[in-house]
Amino acid sequence: MRSSADVVVIGGGVVGASIAYNLAKQGVKDVVLCEKDTFANGSTGRCGAGVREQWGSEGNIRICKASIDIFENLQEELDYDYDIEFVQKGYLMMAYTEKEWDQFQKNVEVQHRLGVNSILCTPEEAKEIVPVLNTEGMFGATYNARDGHANPFHTTNAYLKAFERLGGEVNDFTEVTGIEKRGDKVAKVKTTKGDISAPVVVNAAGPWAAPVGSMVGVELPVYTERHQILVTEAVGHLFDPMLMSFSLGIYCQQTPHGSLVMGIGDPNEPKGYDIGQSWQFLKKMSDVMCRLVPALKGVRVVRQWSGLYTISPDAHPILGTVPGVDGYYQAVGFSGHGFMLAPIVGKLISEMIVGKEPSIDISDLDLGRFERGDLRVEPSVV
Amino acid sequence: MSKNEEDIIVCRCEDITLGEIRKVIREGATTLDEVKRITRAGMGPCQGRTCRLLVAGEIANYLGKPVSEILQSSYRPPFKPVKMGDLAQIHEGNGDCCDCDSEEEGVNS
Ligand SMILES: Cc1cc2nc3c(=O)[nH]c(=O)nc-3n(C[C@H](O)[C@H](O)[C@H](O)COP(=O)(O)OP(=O)(O)OC[C@H]3O[C@@H](n4cnc5c(N)ncnc54)[C@H](O)[C@@H]3O)c2cc1C
Repeated sequence: MRSSADVVVIGGGVVGASIAYNLAKQGVKDVVLCEKDTFANGSTGRCGAGVREQWGSEGNIRICKASIDIFENLQEELDYDYDIEFVQKGYLMMAYTEKEWDQFQKNVEVQHRLGVNSILCTPEEAKEIVPVLNTEGMFGATYNARDGHANPFHTTNAYLKAFERLGGEVNDFTEVTGIEKRGDKVAKVKTTKGDISAPVVVNAAGPWAAPVGSMVGVELPVYTERHQILVTEAVGHLFDPMLMSFSLGIYCQQTPHGSLVMGIGDPNEPKGYDIGQSWQFLKKMSDVMCRLVPALKGVRVVRQWSGLYTISPDAHPILGTVPGVDGYYQAVGFSGHGFMLAPIVGKLISEMIVGKEPSIDISDLDLGRFERGDLRVEPSVV
Repeated sequence: MSKNEEDIIVCRCEDITLGEIRKVIREGATTLDEVKRITRAGMGPCQGRTCRLLVAGEIANYLGKPVSEILQSSYRPPFKPVKMGDLAQIHEGNGDCCDCDSEEEGVNS
């Protein structure tokens, strides 16, 4: 392992991988990534990997749209040996209350203004898009063909392999245990495999962002929460888009491989680091999904697991620098949608580090917003 | 043996060959999880019941380590594939199945 570097990135999830790659692409020569386990072992390897620009707030629409632009060419850009399995077969977002339907209509207006070609669908039109759907009780839905999903393992691996080809170093089983400052400046990263002198460190530690932040005295107002998820056996084609409903708390997609990946939220989930699985989840998930898509009744669940959301007070990520800690950058608190943001966030953070003007202004996503009381509002979150 | 060794199927559920497994090991995978995440070996209906040991053996061989030192991946429920329709019909509390027709209830319940 190198004993000095220009930048040390902490975390081998999709966010750290994207930041590391983008730094190398920007021409930073000596970038070292430290991962305490193996790549994608945190939230990334456990996630639903959905990617959408159907949001309600201008900020989220802009940033997610830019991320999809990158996703569309990522396979080629990263020159990856395998397939990151990015498919754009849309998201169908279903409304089950009048209030939700009103909000969706407002969202679509904002989306159109920003160049997102989402459409409003009656339940009948939704059924044309997904013929196996039971639309009972549905007020309407919105659909955007440019949304989709990718394979989270391959996306992360693709970033890491491209990063290594550009001269970066990936260290797995290397836990960062401390960060030393000289005055106000980051000076050294301490790891279980030795120390690395570096003037810049990036906190991309996902659910462990708060303990890493505290290594430089930054207190992050985030908490972690378990979210369960399952995958079925591979079956023939059932439907194209990601199905999503806030009222039902569900999302469900069919992967290119034929298996279905789905999750359902639990409003009573306690905070913490538990990533066990429950029998109740399997039942609730099956109850809801077999009603929504009766054809799923005969499809077998092969595996269930869970992962952590890292949630910030306004459910938006916390990005960038912190006054008073020179050389410290963070990309944390993704609140359940960090996979889709990783490509653009990697680009923006790397631009900040090399001293360029970020191509999208994200200064309002800094840590200081919580003190200023300048919280971001997003009407369309799970 | 007429068959090329590299063409031998290691993971029968996902149709993954020895050649594919060896490629990711050469590319740097040192754990069962990494091999699984890249190739899908062990992700199918049997959840790696047969291929786990074979893959671990390949990693051990490549690294020149005993198989016991190769990091295993987690065993995840359910232990046997189970139909969503059967899961949906289980009543909370007793775990028994019944004949109730879940389709009668509204999607929004
Ligand atoms: C069930 C579920 C479904 C989801 N679905 C979606 C979705 O559909 N779309 C979407 O966009 N997002 C989704 N998410 C959210 C998404 O998974 C995360 O926002 C995203 O993966 C965050 O990536 P990350 O790289 O920041 O974190 P992680 O992937 O958790 O990576 C952080 C890494 O840092 C390492 N690390 C931590 N501390 C240290 C240390 N001290 N030293 C060295 N390494 C360290 C960890 O081992 C870990 O690998 C979902 C999440 C879950 C749990």
